[in-house]
Amino acid sequence: MLSAEEIKSIDHEVAKLPQKRAAVIEALKIIQQHRGWVSDESVTAIAEHLNMSPAEVDSVATFYNLIFRKPVGRHVILLCDSISCYVMGYKHIYEALQQKLQIKFGETTADQRFTLLPNACLGCCDHAPALMINNDLHRDIKLETLDDLLSKYT
Amino acid sequence: MERPLTKNIHAGRQPLSLKEYVSTGGYSSMQQVLKKFTPHEVQQLVQKSNLKGRGGAGFNTGMKWSFVPMGEDCPRPKYLIANADEMEPGTFKDRLLLEGNPHQLIEGMIIAAYAIQANISYIFLRWAYKKAAAILERSIQEAYEAGWLGQHIMGTGFSLDMHLHTGAGRYMCGEETALLNALEGKRATPRAKPPFPQVSGLFGKPTIVNNVETLCCVPHIIANGAEWFQGLSYSGDAGTKIYGVSGKVNNPGAWELPMGVTMRELIEEHAGGMKKGYRLKGVLPGGASTDFLTEQHMDIKMDFKSVAAAGSRLGTGTMVVMDDATCPVGFLHNLQHFFAQESCGWCTPCREGLPWVEKLLLAIEAGMGKQEDVDMLQMHTQWLQPGNTFCALAPGAMEPLQSALKYFREDFDRHIREKKCPY
Repeated sequence: MLSAEEIKSIDHEVAKLPQKRAAVIEALKIIQQHRGWVSDESVTAIAEHLNMSPAEVDSVATFYNLIFRKPVGRHVILLCDSISCYVMGYKHIYEALQQKLQIKFGETTADQRFTLLPNACLGCCDHAPALMINNDLHRDIKLETLDDLLSKYT
Repeated sequence: MERPLTKNIHAGRQPLSLKEYVSTGGYSSMQQVLKKFTPHEVQQLVQKSNLKGRGGAGFNTGMKWSFVPMGEDCPRPKYLIANADEMEPGTFKDRLLLEGNPHQLIEGMIIAAYAIQANISYIFLRWAYKKAAAILERSIQEAYEAGWLGQHIMGTGFSLDMHLHTGAGRYMCGEETALLNALEGKRATPRAKPPFPQVSGLFGKPTIVNNVETLCCVPHIIANGAEWFQGLSYSGDAGTKIYGVSGKVNNPGAWELPMGVTMRELIEEHAGGMKKGYRLKGVLPGGASTDFLTEQHMDIKMDFKSVAAAGSRLGTGTMVVMDDATCPVGFLHNLQHFFAQESCGWCTPCREGLPWVEKLLLAIEAGMGKQEDVDMLQMHTQWLQPGNTFCALAPGAMEPLQSALKYFREDFDRHIREKKCPY
């Protein structure tokens, strides 16, 4: 079931487009914003609302890497693993994060605080290495200040 | 030296509001076009200016527009799309324009839409650009309030709506036809060409997709003319270019410079040269999907023609420098991991070939490679050439690989001989 608020937001997107189903990516993003992730039940509810089959919705949901089909923690860390960050040593940042949080890419901490994911180039290569936590971009990441950075996200 | 695109962008300052943009002469080109130019005249002026697509392909923008069906009987609505899905690894130029001077893009889009008589426009923005999203949302609203978007702009018969669409990830969305599928709410797989999007694009209607930097050039071409635009350049390719350098250099960054500055000037002057203790080993001149250049190419001009003559592509003009302490095989593995991951899976050679390449490189890097593996990599650079795949992703992935095998072959052989990574 979609909430009244979710339906309102989805229909706002539908109104901008000539076909109802064209709003499916927006709908997935809206659901994720409200619920943190997109469950099977959510896929079915979106499908009913947009006159699509659940399989069609899921084929789209599983294509885009920033639609989460599994639950995530309160904060999602997206660590850039592309070429400029590779040259500038993102692997050291990854090792430090693994040690501090005791999780690897694709995992969530036991206290549900952080999910750690790799992400393709974040488009700030002149300030590599870079990462995003939720909607915040952090650049020129240094091992010494990593604890400070993480402590802002409780 | 003129810097039309970035002269009003200052690091650390807020982006220009509509009022500030107008005070720098902004929106006067749009007014001039709507009052005095026919769509055909705009197309011709831009074509004459020799503006070439800044997203990487380098196709004449005015000519691209000229393929859109015009006249009373043409299919409608027509669409104009700004490709702001900047995802080529090593590329960070459009972010500067989006976050610094959003109205420059909006004005360029209004003029481009008028030139092809499109009435609906989208900015396709990548998910990660959160700051740009907020800025663009506010700026589009300002343009509506000023009456420069919406119905009957300035009392003329021309109407244009503009929407911001933010993506949900995936490199493929930057490919023109895959972007159209993404906007239609589908998986971002590429479409067969022909028909070209200019004739049958978004929702089957005529559509133009232009890169952000390309569109930002348009108001300045209208204001100053085609000859002025050509005069900005040091070479046959017109205009300025936003170049960037990243890697172990002293001052990584992005700068608007005359088209055709040399790679040496970019790396040694603007980027401040290599960091102490490092030497330059190779350069990807225009993002992850361009062929390596090396020290012997330092004096070539960074324009479409000269970089092509040196065996690579200008691409996005934002270069990644590989230093002598970075293992070329590891570097290549990182690139091919990216391409294998971002393959949309639509066509077999790309879906199967790229992960194979990635695994071979991983094995070589780990000291478990055999001589035949290098031959197999070499064969993939043939198998994944344009014409064998549906879009340019896999051929693009082969560009750094084929040139690495040419310039850094000894590094591959050493890994195999010594059965370990020598770096």
